[in-house]
Amino acid sequence: MNILTISGSPHLHGDNSTKKIMYGVVVALLPAMFIAIWYFGLGALQVIVLSVVFCLFFEWVIQKYLVKGPVTITDGSAMVTGILLAFNVPSNLPWWMVIIGALAAIGIGKMSFGGLGKNIFNPALVSRVFLLVSFPVAMTSWPKPSPVTKTLVDTITGPTPLGFIKEGLGAGKSLAELSQHLPSYAQQLMGQMGGSLGEVSALALILGGIFMLWKKIITWEIPVSVLVTVFVFSGILWWINPQHYTDPFFNLLSGGVMLGAIFMATDMVTSPMTRNGQLLFGFGIGLITMLIRVWGAYPEGVSFAILLMNAVVPLINNSFKPKRFGSARVAVMGK
Amino acid sequence: MGLLKTFVLGGIHPPENKLSANSPVRILEIPPQVVVPMGQNLGAPSKPVVKRGDKVKTGQLIAQASGFISSDVHSPVSGTILKIDSVMDMSGYRRPAFIIKVEGDEWMENIDRSETLITDINLNPEEIIAKVKEAGIVGMGGATFPTHVKLMISPGKKADYLIINGVECEPYLTADHQLMLEKGPEIIVGTKILMKALNVKQAVIGIENNKPDAIELMSALAVREEGITVQPLQVKYPQGGEKQLIKAITNREVPSGKLPVEVGCVVQNVGTAFAVYEAVTKNKPLIERVVTVTGKALKNPSNLKVRIGTPIKNLVEMAGGMPDDTGKIIGGGPMMGKALATLDVPVVKGTSGILIMRDEASHRLAEGPCIRCSKCTQVCPMGLEPFLLSRLARIGNYSSAEQEKVMDCIECGSCQYTCPANIPLLDYLRLGKSKVGAMIRGRTKK
Amino acid sequence: MSNVVLISVIVLGALGLVSAIILFFIARKFKVYEDPKFDEVEAVLPAANCGGCGYPGCRAFAEASTKNAGKEKNLDGFLCPVGGNEVMQKVAGILGLEVEEKDPMIAVVRCNGSYAHSPDKVKFEGVTSCSFAHALYAGKGGCQYGCLGLGDCVEACEFDAIHMSLETGLPVVNDKCTACGACVIACPRDIIELRKKGPKDKRIFVSCVNKEKGAIAKKNCEVACIGCGKCEKVCEFDAITITSFLAYINFANCKLCRKCVDVCPTDAIWEVNFKPRKPKPEAVRPKKIPAKETVSASAKKQEAFAEIKSIVSSNTEKSEK
Repeated sequence: MNILTISGSPHLHGDNSTKKIMYGVVVALLPAMFIAIWYFGLGALQVIVLSVVFCLFFEWVIQKYLVKGPVTITDGSAMVTGILLAFNVPSNLPWWMVIIGALAAIGIGKMSFGGLGKNIFNPALVSRVFLLVSFPVAMTSWPKPSPVTKTLVDTITGPTPLGFIKEGLGAGKSLAELSQHLPSYAQQLMGQMGGSLGEVSALALILGGIFMLWKKIITWEIPVSVLVTVFVFSGILWWINPQHYTDPFFNLLSGGVMLGAIFMATDMVTSPMTRNGQLLFGFGIGLITMLIRVWGAYPEGVSFAILLMNAVVPLINNSFKPKRFGSARVAVMGK
Repeated sequence: MGLLKTFVLGGIHPPENKLSANSPVRILEIPPQVVVPMGQNLGAPSKPVVKRGDKVKTGQLIAQASGFISSDVHSPVSGTILKIDSVMDMSGYRRPAFIIKVEGDEWMENIDRSETLITDINLNPEEIIAKVKEAGIVGMGGATFPTHVKLMISPGKKADYLIINGVECEPYLTADHQLMLEKGPEIIVGTKILMKALNVKQAVIGIENNKPDAIELMSALAVREEGITVQPLQVKYPQGGEKQLIKAITNREVPSGKLPVEVGCVVQNVGTAFAVYEAVTKNKPLIERVVTVTGKALKNPSNLKVRIGTPIKNLVEMAGGMPDDTGKIIGGGPMMGKALATLDVPVVKGTSGILIMRDEASHRLAEGPCIRCSKCTQVCPMGLEPFLLSRLARIGNYSSAEQEKVMDCIECGSCQYTCPANIPLLDYLRLGKSKVGAMIRGRTKK
Repeated sequence: MSNVVLISVIVLGALGLVSAIILFFIARKFKVYEDPKFDEVEAVLPAANCGGCGYPGCRAFAEASTKNAGKEKNLDGFLCPVGGNEVMQKVAGILGLEVEEKDPMIAVVRCNGSYAHSPDKVKFEGVTSCSFAHALYAGKGGCQYGCLGLGDCVEACEFDAIHMSLETGLPVVNDKCTACGACVIACPRDIIELRKKGPKDKRIFVSCVNKEKGAIAKKNCEVACIGCGKCEKVCEFDAITITSFLAYINFANCKLCRKCVDVCPTDAIWEVNFKPRKPKPEAVRPKKIPAKETVSASAKKQEAFAEIKSIVSSNTEKSEK
């Protein structure tokens, strides 16, 4: 007979595991990845592969030689970061910038805080903003999507719909005039527009989101609150002055809102723990995104909005407690 | 059946694995020697009233309650007290116990051993409570709180609901299920007796939906009785927790740190209801109980009716013998039961099951870093934040843990079950609870 | 240009002056008188803030002892266990009093249930905390009074004076011990006792706290005190008492004659820092377990313990102390 084991209850464990969650996210990202490769061709594939490989590589190097702790690159978290980083850059980004991005994501965004579970900011977004500030031109030249481009780096570039509108409005053109040149909603849904390689197809991202909801990797609170806030905010502005402000559907489908709401804001490590906290978190992201889009210098503000809200997550966690059993109070504010 | 009731906050769905669900209760033969621990109830251990060498009969009082929260202990067999010594019990510690050599099976004269169903109860509440106390009945779901204490409602409080707990939400266990199937009429009479003792007009028998036969049978029996209803419940762990069951059935929430009677409810296990029936109508003290002996590697998972004090080794033998690759023996269910160090411990009043686990399923998985997925918070039936409480316990910040309501934890283990990083959350919570408890006791002393 | 300079100087100077005057009055109004002796006493204390004296930190001890000295003209009940006599003499000097010499104390681990003496009967999995394990079960070796070996005492020690031995799985106290008593409180099984160090650090004590009958105690651990009473009988100074099958040596009566050590059938009585005796024909028994024996006997368990240790250390890291 074996030597008996003594441990505290429970003596069962569910089939949840960190690995399962991470690879679940990877699976959820596949439709959007497919669309990206479909529209942006081998350039997109190159960026994705480089980003994933180097995220894994940097995590391995840092864990093995700097931290000198156990190497956990197989848990899938670095792979998720790699794919999300690739999704947040244009498909024609030079290869060395992708590698720098991977280093920024893993080195600055994740490992400097102590690795998985300890980072305050979403590593992929830290890297994206790092790249945007360091290489503004490369990060804002978007290749025009055309199904399965054969060339590795597409030289024909065009602006994103959001950038196009912002520039046009800045130049004094009217919205009606500009919107003739915009892709239709159907095209936007499918991803036929300029943009970072993973953010273009809202449909593929929603598919991934539904998969994650089904697998209970994410809960509905954050994506829904982000999208509703963006929709309502832009809807109000559009209702006030449709000549100057774009309509709410355009705001939902263009830019990084879908990618941000479904995949970036829901990152477990950097989002609040309770339902009410998550709703507030999503609301904040939607609000800041729209503020930047409408009145900011950048045409798009999802990344900044998520990073800003990431920073207040500890505060939200402290203020929003779950509803305790046997207490009449709901969501105790403060202490 | 419409929308089934359940509790609101948290909860999990572990695989049920009710291996012994369809096996009728078998009677285990009396072993040549039994070990009866003195402290079989929550609260103060009982005081012995017999001494070494005394002859005892089955059902004879051998130890008396010592204090308010305490209960009597009776001899489960007839024979001679060999000695009174410290013996390892379910707690893992040696505690004082009677070691009785079995000689025949001679019962006390006043015990009615017939199987006839007695339905007329002509006793008043005080007499019922006295009989329950004399029979040494404790909560048979596992908490072993003396039943007569629960029936004595403190002045100023009023109960209006009796809830009979037939939920059996622990995976593997089927003892209560079989008891309901086989002793349904007796349980109903027991419920009526408890209603009378508590002076309540309504009783609800809560049964989870995974026991349709029990629901059907108990409903058919309950229609004939006034005030007793059967409430089918959604399957969700830990519905058998007192507070969760009250919430599921009456939608009342027991306030933090208070007893169920605060919201007018008293909860009793079906096993307790049956024991009360036997005690009140047949004068039979609590000397035997149904125990589920189960496990995936066991040849013959069974429900056994055994005398208190039988070594669990005998139970395992009856269920097909100890499998070779056993890695863990659990007294109770897999979610809240206690791992045992040896098979040489006796069955006590609170033993609802013995679970034998394979070695491969007996070990904790490697712990990873918390990824803040908040699943523990989502499944906590008490609305706590296990990730936060475990961290506070880990760094020794017990005063913050107290503020975050660590003492509300019911130790159901849902958080640890669901944690993707395999963090031993409940270990830390227990550590926190024991330290905070000591802190609170220290304060009240001053 | 010079105008600007002049104006700046005057304005800033005036502001500074006004502020200084305000500050001066506020400082006078809110001045709290503190006995300068508080600072003096605190300065000679070890600044460990261990709480071993019964006060929450050295400052509190300094204040309380100074106040007491002013009122009662003595320092009864005040002892800094860390600083010992030396520090108490200094404190007394500052306060103009005299203190008696107190015998130095040391923490003593009264369990010898090493891997070799009390082999593992079950495997423990769970958090590395004695308090938790104490509530869970009797112990790996089966002794419900013995050391659980998970190092609550090590974590409690502020002086790096107690460590787990990899060979035995038991805590070992070293010379850095200040007898602050933190480990005594941390141990859920009351195994650690503060005992007098003894002349030239010589001391004799019973290294067992098992209160069970001899047969049961011996079954779980071969060096357990079985309560046989031989030591009680042989002791000429009434230093040994036996309660519930456990011998206890009262240091005040013990004359360090070592007779009890000789008669103990299970080697449960330890002598520390004595010279090795002249070999007698019969009484030659190794009083301390040779290290080699335990190493070879428990190489596997050593590994297991190294694992536990790494968890302990990682836990301490996590706690960000």
